[in-house]
Amino acid sequence: MIWDWAFALEILPTLARAAVVTIQATLLGFVIAALLGLAIAVARIAVPRAGWAISVLVELIRSTPLLIQIFFLYFVLPNFGIVLDAFAAGVIAIGVHYAAYCSEVYRAGFDNIPRGQWEASIALNLSAWTTFKDIIIPQAIPPVVPALGNYLVALFKETPLLSAIAVLELMQTAKIIGSETFRYTEPITLVGLFFLAMSLVSAMLIRGVEELLNRRTIR
Amino acid sequence: MTEQPMVRFDKVSKRYGSLTVLDGLDLDIGRGEKVSIIGPSGSGKTTVLRMLMTLETINDGVIWVEGEPLTHMQKNGKLVPADTAHIRRIRSKIGMVFQSFNLFPHMTAMANCIEAPVTVLGMKRADAEARAAELLEMVGLGQKKGHYPSQLSGGQQQRVAIARALAMRPKIMLFDEVTSALDPELVGEVLEVIRRLGREHDLTMLMVTHQMGFAKEFSDRVCFFHQGKICEQGPPNELFGAPKNERTRQFLHAVLEAG
Ligand SMILES: Nc1ncnc2c1ncn2[C@@H]1O[C@H](COP(=O)(O)OP(=O)(O)OP(=O)(O)O)[C@@H](O)[C@H]1O
Ligand SMILES: [Mg+2]
Repeated sequence: MIWDWAFALEILPTLARAAVVTIQATLLGFVIAALLGLAIAVARIAVPRAGWAISVLVELIRSTPLLIQIFFLYFVLPNFGIVLDAFAAGVIAIGVHYAAYCSEVYRAGFDNIPRGQWEASIALNLSAWTTFKDIIIPQAIPPVVPALGNYLVALFKETPLLSAIAVLELMQTAKIIGSETFRYTEPITLVGLFFLAMSLVSAMLIRGVEELLNRRTIR
Repeated sequence: MTEQPMVRFDKVSKRYGSLTVLDGLDLDIGRGEKVSIIGPSGSGKTTVLRMLMTLETINDGVIWVEGEPLTHMQKNGKLVPADTAHIRRIRSKIGMVFQSFNLFPHMTAMANCIEAPVTVLGMKRADAEARAAELLEMVGLGQKKGHYPSQLSGGQQQRVAIARALAMRPKIMLFDEVTSALDPELVGEVLEVIRRLGREHDLTMLMVTHQMGFAKEFSDRVCFFHQGKICEQGPPNELFGAPKNERTRQFLHAVLEAG
């Protein structure tokens, strides 16, 4: 028999615990990506002199595989005295990697703000901080929520990479179950289904948020 | 002028690459004076206002506001480029109204008017709202406080923009073709507000306009710009009634012909 229901049911609690780790990694990683990405995009405008260095950094992060960045944080940084546990290293790597992508999304959002909004802010003598916080960011973010949402889903689907440094997320747990029981069909299928279900749910949530924002901004 | 001028342009030049937009501009504006700037398209009128609002850097010369340099600081008797704190302190004396309104679209009329007073002047929210309500009342929009810009006509938006600028209590107000983007039937209501400002407030006003009738009736002095220089200036009845310069005559003729 190819599919064993009893076995599937038996491993479900273990997988469920691992799913919690996957979701934690996703959410923490995305918080880093969203905030650091915003900080990068703001720095690009607020500190023009740093623009070149920031571009190089973003390009570097985007042009190298996430897996290498994960390995770098986990295996190379300890040589420089920075020791991170696997979960922390993995989440930071994913967060920084997607921050590079998110920063480009925010940048597009900022680019779409008419020059007159900046000029009115100067004429009213607003500080740079207030200009970003009250004028630019509230107008720039709603239109880019769908793009950010897509990166949330993409980031989520890349969390299995963390199994490469033995974080006990879903994929790693499934692999362990497989190697211990010599049955891979159920654990791998269940993990796949979980990702499918979560991706669909997130897509729906993102659409909901999008509609909410549209209703609030288009009057 | 014995009294110190409110604004002094001292040999100010502005270039974009090889294009000289303003060429050694000298212009004094007295306290409370209403000055209109007229001239053909591209003659540098907008640039004058934008430099004073610090939206544009200058290549040469110094702009003085109440005897203090705008984008420079005096250090050991020398003028050095000013830091942000200095620029913001001088800039707080100046307000500007734009051709395209530039209201914050995600904020109500009221929120537009209290944003700067609360965040820049540190006013209490309630005080800022009371003051903004007075100003919106003055521009005839007491009933529209809770409206968003997209719910207002162009004329109403421009009047909110005027109230928003006034909320910062500037001494100098700059108007750059503030009625050019409006449907003709909405021009009057905005000009009426500006007229009222001129009468009731002790403001120094500098406006770029194509409304010759308004410039004539409203201003103390009219400056005719041509190719980055003041070609002719004087009281409106002289400049409009008996222009001395050939270029001024040509320009006025063309404008009156078109109007
Ligand atoms: N950012 C810029 N880069 C290059 N050239 C510019 C820039 N801004 C303005 N100019 C040029 O400077 C000149 C003066 O422009 P300005 O906007 O001051 O003219 P203006 O007198 O206000 O004209 P208008 O009546 O059409 O508004 C024009 O030739 C314009 O093309
Ligand atoms: Mg202009």
